[in-house]
Amino acid sequence: MALLNITSPHTHAPLSTSQVMRLVIYATFPGVLTLAYFFGVGIFINLFIASLSCLAFEALVIKLRERSVVFYLGDYSALVTAFLLAISLPPYCPWWLVVTGSFCAIVLAKQLYGGMGLNPFNPAMVAYVILLISFPVPMTQWPTPANVDASQVLGITDAFSKIFLGKQIDGYSSATALDIMKQNSSLVLSELYQNKPILSKGAFASAGWEWVNIMFLLGGIFLLYKKIFTWHAPVSMLVALALMAGFFYDSGSSESGGSPVFHLLTGATMFGAFFIVTDPVTSAVSNKGRIIYGAAIGILVYIIRVWGKGYPDGVAFAVLFLNFAAPFIDYYTTPRTYGHTKSRSALDKEP
Amino acid sequence: MNSLVKTNTLIKLWELPGGIHPPENKQQSMQLPLTQLSIPAQLFIPLNQHIGAPALPIVQVGEQVLKGQVIGLAEGTFSANVHASSSGIVSSIGPGILPHPSGMKGDVIVIDTDGKDKWTALEACENYLILDRLTLIAKIRAAGIAGLGGAGFPTAVKLSTKSTQLIDTLIVNGAECEPYITADDMLMQVHADEVIAGTYLLSHILHNPQRLIIGIENNKPKAITALQIAAKKYSEKKPENKTPIEIISIPTKYPSGGAKQLIHILTGREVPNGHHSADIGAICLNVATVATAWRAVRFGEPLISRITTVVGEALSIQRNISVLLGTPVDYVLAQQGFDKTKASRVIIGGPMMGFTLPDLRAPVVKITNCILAAAKKELPIPPPAQACIRCGICAEACPVSLLPQQLFWYAQAEDTERLQSHHIFDCIECGACSYVCPSKIPLVQYYRAAKGSIRSQVAEKEKADRSRQRFEFRKERIAKEDAEKEAKREARKKAAEEAKQLLTSKKTEMHSAIAIESQPPTPPEAILVTAAIAKANQVESTPAEQRIKLERLLNTARNSLQSARAPLVPKNPVFPITAEQLVQQQSRIKQAELKVAEAERKLAGFDAEIKNTPPSP
Repeated sequence: MALLNITSPHTHAPLSTSQVMRLVIYATFPGVLTLAYFFGVGIFINLFIASLSCLAFEALVIKLRERSVVFYLGDYSALVTAFLLAISLPPYCPWWLVVTGSFCAIVLAKQLYGGMGLNPFNPAMVAYVILLISFPVPMTQWPTPANVDASQVLGITDAFSKIFLGKQIDGYSSATALDIMKQNSSLVLSELYQNKPILSKGAFASAGWEWVNIMFLLGGIFLLYKKIFTWHAPVSMLVALALMAGFFYDSGSSESGGSPVFHLLTGATMFGAFFIVTDPVTSAVSNKGRIIYGAAIGILVYIIRVWGKGYPDGVAFAVLFLNFAAPFIDYYTTPRTYGHTKSRSALDKEP
Repeated sequence: MNSLVKTNTLIKLWELPGGIHPPENKQQSMQLPLTQLSIPAQLFIPLNQHIGAPALPIVQVGEQVLKGQVIGLAEGTFSANVHASSSGIVSSIGPGILPHPSGMKGDVIVIDTDGKDKWTALEACENYLILDRLTLIAKIRAAGIAGLGGAGFPTAVKLSTKSTQLIDTLIVNGAECEPYITADDMLMQVHADEVIAGTYLLSHILHNPQRLIIGIENNKPKAITALQIAAKKYSEKKPENKTPIEIISIPTKYPSGGAKQLIHILTGREVPNGHHSADIGAICLNVATVATAWRAVRFGEPLISRITTVVGEALSIQRNISVLLGTPVDYVLAQQGFDKTKASRVIIGGPMMGFTLPDLRAPVVKITNCILAAAKKELPIPPPAQACIRCGICAEACPVSLLPQQLFWYAQAEDTERLQSHHIFDCIECGACSYVCPSKIPLVQYYRAAKGSIRSQVAEKEKADRSRQRFEFRKERIAKEDAEKEAKREARKKAAEEAKQLLTSKKTEMHSAIAIESQPPTPPEAILVTAAIAKANQVESTPAEQRIKLERLLNTARNSLQSARAPLVPKNPVFPITAEQLVQQQSRIKQAELKVAEAERKLAGFDAEIKNTPPSP
């Protein structure tokens, strides 16, 4: 018998990092399927290209860094990044956009900082923002949901020729609910809802997207149930966003930024709240810190959506801003340790 | 009388922050009743089985000892007696294997048992209430009792509270939150009456605290029932004990059995940083310690055996055993059908806080509550650690609200300042963070290493500070001495200057008196020469003394001539005087003769001079 000198504890919980990552991937499935239901096969092609390219870039860098490729690919973190990126990108965007995004996410945002666990910014969001700024046109062409105009949903042939051959297809895309809300300055909300089919055909917020959001919410609840993350960051983000929307609803005037329900169920809100804000690597660490972190993201999302000049949605920017602030939040939110009268800031160097 | 047994329903409990629920694995060792292990051929009794100074051996090799006889005497207050666990002959005293993670050696008394198991005379006590508290503490101290829960803190020290510490709550710790271990569960079931009696004994020693609580995790319903029945019986038999014992079942959650954690759960009080639990009026003792203290007072029995859980898939029999202290672990395991090929490792203590035993020949000691012979499947070798994904599950699990991942970063960076500002020394090393870590990072191992290096840094700094202080003192002292020397030198120099000046002025006076007026003033060299002559004259003694000196010189020269002329005696009779030696002697004689002649000449010259000079005025 080998008397190995293994130190305590000798037993470990079954949950492993690879499992955490796999569960996150599974949790995106309801949202992904809903996206496919409303927008066609584009999302699957996005996922396919992103997964392949992300894994390839990850393997390449790990090889260059002379580490074990099998061991590091086995943590599934590259695959998670691929999923998050693919879901963020508009379906039917050109293939090179996805590959460029994968390069930015894996090589620039993750591996150059030292790999898993060491990246200060969310890789998928870094890639998304780089693409959005560099290639604004393909990045803002969101397809029309099937329940608004089913005839505009692309078939497989059209999808492949659009993605891989760059074929121009007219009229498959249309303004999103957030675009419409942002550009509106003349109509009161009730009129706006009547005029725009993407709003009028929705049950609560906007056609198609409301169900996508609800499905990502379900995925998030599954992860909460599995204790993959705590409720603090996503709930505080959603509450902050809803409160902001409530404060500035302006009883539905033409100046209104949209109702709380509208903001909660359009754009990337739920996906952001449960799949981006909860990224443990780039968020604050303590529960108190995560409440602040989430709330700040919620507020920023509203500010960028409603008062910002350029972009209709603001989840990616808000998350990146707060990624910057996360270490700062950590400094001021250390918990009170047993037997100590008060919590101290982490800047305090006195023992 | 039922009022003396409080049930749980009305009692407020506080929640332990964090904590985990590892698989309990307690049923394996509770299938069979408690048993006694046979006496091994040799007992290896370490002199240090507790926290504090090792006991001093008071027996000699070859001495016959009886069961329960003191063989090691507590050294100082913070120590505990060590007793012979069985009768036999002391066969050696010296370094032996200890049950320690490092495989460290320490002084061990080895007893070759005679199998008679003959007791020494014990002093029983029917009624402890007639004894004063100090006597009772002395009895507990004499019995060598140290915390049996795993810490090994000398119980007598814990019970000797300061006058400023008013103890209002006595907590008997039967939580036993570690997986696998059931030693206390078994004890509470089998010796419930002793636990109850012991609780009242300690209550008496601690000036009857208002609350007597036995805290037990709710996964031990049999123990709870046994204690409730025992408490009821006790109160029927001795109704004079007015304070009821509260037998409180607490939610099963690791690590609620830590003393500080249990005090918090039961009373809501936290021990302030840098204080003891007695400072907040609570004393917490393990159930086994309490029962042993009772036996020590009632029957005079010292601590020579304990209940140990012997468990693990590598054994064919898993159960609780009453083991004599000093019994080698391999002996215990062999009796339970230990299969070496199955075992991944043998752990002393539980899977959360126990340590891998490097050498199975180590003995069972006072704090050995469990021997876990785990099979490879049961406790597999942990996989390589993956990167920290900062998930924060560790912070959720920490029972003292630390930030384990921050500590991990700082430990890697060896940032000792930040480690301390993040309270690394409040870490109780319960292992909850490592347990939940999805990346399987051995966090506690990092903290242990960091604590060790901080401790040694502090010690080194202290040493450096002390030597710097010494160095500074030395420098100061030398500077002072130098200054003193310098001052003396200055004073001498000044005195010499003054003397010279005085002399010079005298000489000048003399010279000017005899000098012709037309003569030019004496040049400075001349003055110096005259000063030197004057000095020489001054040093010169009287003529009589000078003559004596010269005579002495002559005598010495004559004596040496005589000894030079003496015949040579060979040092070694075998070797005759050589020609060379004779030549040397001749030259010595010649030199001596010359010296004598010179001395005679000097004396004659002196005498002649005396005659020529006129007598001094």
